[in-house]
Amino acid sequence: MTISAAPVDMAMRDPELGRSRRWRRQSSTPKARGLATVTVIYLLWSLVPVAIAVLFSFNAGRSRSVWQGFSLRWYTWDPVGSVANDPSLRSALTHTLLLAVVATLITVPLGVTLALALDRWRGRIPSGANFAVLMSFVIPEIALAIGLLFMITLLATPFTLGTTAQVIGLITFQLSYPVVIVRARMLTIGKQYEEAARDLGATALGAVRRALLPMLYPAILVSAILVFADVLDNFVLVRYLSSDASTETTSMRIYSAARAAPTPALNALATLVLIASLTVVLLGWLAYRRWGKSEGEESSLGAFAGNF
Amino acid sequence: MAKRSQRFLWPALAIPSFLWLALFLAIPFYVVLCIAFGQVDPIFRTSIPAWNPLDWRFDQIAITLDRIFGANNFYLPPITRTITYVVTAVIVSLIIAFPVAYFTARYAGKRKGLVLVLLVAPFWISYMMRMLAWVNLLQTDGLVNSVISLGGLLPLEVNWLSGKPYTVVMGLIYGYVPYMILPLFAALDRISPSLLEAARDLGASGFDVFRRVVIPMSIPGIAAGMLLVALPMMGDYFTSDLLSGSPDTSMIGNLINGTIQTPGQSGQAAALLLLVLLVLAAPMILYTRTVARSETRS
Repeated sequence: MTISAAPVDMAMRDPELGRSRRWRRQSSTPKARGLATVTVIYLLWSLVPVAIAVLFSFNAGRSRSVWQGFSLRWYTWDPVGSVANDPSLRSALTHTLLLAVVATLITVPLGVTLALALDRWRGRIPSGANFAVLMSFVIPEIALAIGLLFMITLLATPFTLGTTAQVIGLITFQLSYPVVIVRARMLTIGKQYEEAARDLGATALGAVRRALLPMLYPAILVSAILVFADVLDNFVLVRYLSSDASTETTSMRIYSAARAAPTPALNALATLVLIASLTVVLLGWLAYRRWGKSEGEESSLGAFAGNF
Repeated sequence: MAKRSQRFLWPALAIPSFLWLALFLAIPFYVVLCIAFGQVDPIFRTSIPAWNPLDWRFDQIAITLDRIFGANNFYLPPITRTITYVVTAVIVSLIIAFPVAYFTARYAGKRKGLVLVLLVAPFWISYMMRMLAWVNLLQTDGLVNSVISLGGLLPLEVNWLSGKPYTVVMGLIYGYVPYMILPLFAALDRISPSLLEAARDLGASGFDVFRRVVIPMSIPGIAAGMLLVALPMMGDYFTSDLLSGSPDTSMIGNLINGTIQTPGQSGQAAALLLLVLLVLAAPMILYTRTVARSETRS
């Protein structure tokens, strides 16, 4: 009697075990197998084309559909067409990285201060600003891009189209990420830590800086990674706000060259940006996990998905 | 004393970003309005914005509306096409996204982390690279054609990239479906398994549980997912440009992108933009208000 009851008892005491058992039972039903098949097919469809594009960046020949052997020709050694030796490809890569770094460095502090203000300052003005930030998240990008383009070409703005205009557009478009993510974190923290700091003699700013801000570091890190990766991908804003070839980014380069018989160097360029994006995400994730552990906070991938 | 310093702290922190939003979000939209309600210089064909709202005229709006609903309605086909493409793409996206999100939330078990990483992966791959991948595959001598013709044995060579609506719709689905899977997953993952067990204990069949518990509880996720997918598609012109390049598949985004580059037509571009924003205003405000409400709920 005691022996037969033991597994049930164990499953009840250890929810993890119970869950995995239930999963094993569920996952063998035809319904679960069907859903698993759909998911696997979806994932293959979603990722294999990109994997093939990456693979062909290593092709020794000019073809993007016939494999002619492995080489780094389109990355380095081709004297004319490789990313390292074609000045326009090289500049597209460096300009993309430059925009991502600069835009992230400005967007994150701007967004964090706005999040702090919106969360603690009650009234009509902050709620209006909150609405504006959230709208900037959902308006079609083309609307913001054309608005800024008109503004810069028609008004005597102190800057012209080009890098500055691109950075300004990107910051405006990305501002909602740090605001939404940091505010979500502030909701779970509450006000008690700041109040305790104030009671112990800290100034208002000191309480924010020394009690609240350190607790927000994981959320700030997540938003910085999201902004950085999103800027690397940006196309619509950077294209409308660009001036000449020197402000061309990788995505603009792909857009203009993809249908014009490109060489695998285009794939190599795209792959390099992909590597940059994945590296930042991976480093960020590792840092977030370490931080999360020391903060006793569950490390969640959901936050990385922009799943706020 | 302490209270007063706190009262000034929050507005002070907000000043830089408020200025930023005023300069680079509010003013650009005001400029769009002034151009849409402005005039065009009859000789130089440049736009003369009407900065004073009292001077706003409806000439540009009238021209635009005439090109949509008038006798020579060459703006209309891209608009109806956009609606067809977006509705098709959103429905197919939901059909793909729901089982994937449902599997990940309920059946992935120990592999949940891995599946989530793979579902999130497209976010870190540039949209242009993902389209480039399909351009490579769908070339006339690309892999898709060599697979369906069994390596050249069958005389099957489809010109996928020349004005095929299904290629463009597939591209839109491929590009945006990850944005639907994640909110759906979040909604489905929140449903407690004990709730489903309770429904079963009360006599509901598996299908009943799905129809009467799972579906109603995932409605917010479905709505958010459909919105997050549909909104960017409405302004998309690059998917059609890359996967077709033909005017036969041009969408509203292509129309706006084309008019903006034609001299003397910035008024129409601004008017078209306003039209899109007007149509999208209701869903955008709905989404914004829902998110804003969930932010203040503590």
